[in-house]
Amino acid sequence: MKYIFQIGIIAGISFVAELLYIFLPLPVPASVYGLIILFILLCMKVIKLEQIEDVADFMLAIMPILFIEPSVGLMTSFEAIKGQAVVLVLMCILSTVVVTTVTGLVAQTIIRIRNRKDEMTVGGKEHE
Amino acid sequence: MNEILQDSLYFGVAISLFTYWIGWKIQQKWKKPILNPLLISMILVIVVLSVFHIEYETYQYGAKYITYFLTPATICLAVPLYRQIQKLKENVVAVIVSIFCGCLAHVLILVGIATIFDVSDVLTFSLLPKSVTTAIALGVTEEIGGIAAVTVVGVSIAGLMGAIVGPSILKIVRITEPVAQGLAIGSASHAVGTSKAVELGEVQAAMSSLSIVVTGILTVVIVPIVVGFY
Repeated sequence: MKYIFQIGIIAGISFVAELLYIFLPLPVPASVYGLIILFILLCMKVIKLEQIEDVADFMLAIMPILFIEPSVGLMTSFEAIKGQAVVLVLMCILSTVVVTTVTGLVAQTIIRIRNRKDEMTVGGKEHE
Repeated sequence: MNEILQDSLYFGVAISLFTYWIGWKIQQKWKKPILNPLLISMILVIVVLSVFHIEYETYQYGAKYITYFLTPATICLAVPLYRQIQKLKENVVAVIVSIFCGCLAHVLILVGIATIFDVSDVLTFSLLPKSVTTAIALGVTEEIGGIAAVTVVGVSIAGLMGAIVGPSILKIVRITEPVAQGLAIGSASHAVGTSKAVELGEVQAAMSSLSIVVTGILTVVIVPIVVGFY
């Protein structure tokens, strides 16, 4: 029965998220509202991790399967990009590589600078 | 063939799951990133549909019910995010600054390539929101007057890229910090990339999920401004 309760919580949040999507005039999907709601509820300890994590971990494990249907939907878009397909695909591939690299390197640099500072302060205190 | 399957609810579900399972088996055997189960499944389904002259709508009639689980699954990303709340607090600056730089680089590279190859503005605009989840991307495209189909292609390629070669890119450019890895994949390849980040580790999963939210918000704000200046 605990799974029913867990699924119930997730379904309930999905429903509230759906309502927000309908009533708020922002281009934000219901799933993102839901993610934020669940995160806040967890932080406020309204929902405890044990009350949700079995089903949540299962859902995350099967996530790639949920993208099969939308990906197959690509076949209906071939017509729209014909002619410029090569350059469009090139733009998509290059820009994805660039974003991955830029975000990753900037984040890594900031983290390493901070870590070094932390080490220095820790080291300094030891000398005192 | 199309007529027989038209009213079948489970044809789409069965072929999706079965082709994914084949893809998973293939990846287990050869362990090459390009042999991504999602990619293999997508190609196999398209091949089957084309060979047997089955329309996409016939497939989608049943398969769309799998996709119904996408909203609850995305919501569940809050769980790794919460488990890693300490890491999140420690890295607030890195998260915001790096994703902002990523978004900016995205706009610049797209406009750059578009200028070199003389791609029309409408097509370029349609790709600007492609780093985020389909639902956000479509909302933004509508707002700036892009073509929805092109945006969908862009979002799909960005996602598949993250799932297939994301970890290889990280290795080549030597991004080894788990936090940075998650941010990199999530900000470029949204939820599809995040499904791969889940396999890399809990920290990567949390940071990638966080990226979906932050990149989404930044895209909603930045892209219309950029288009306004263009």
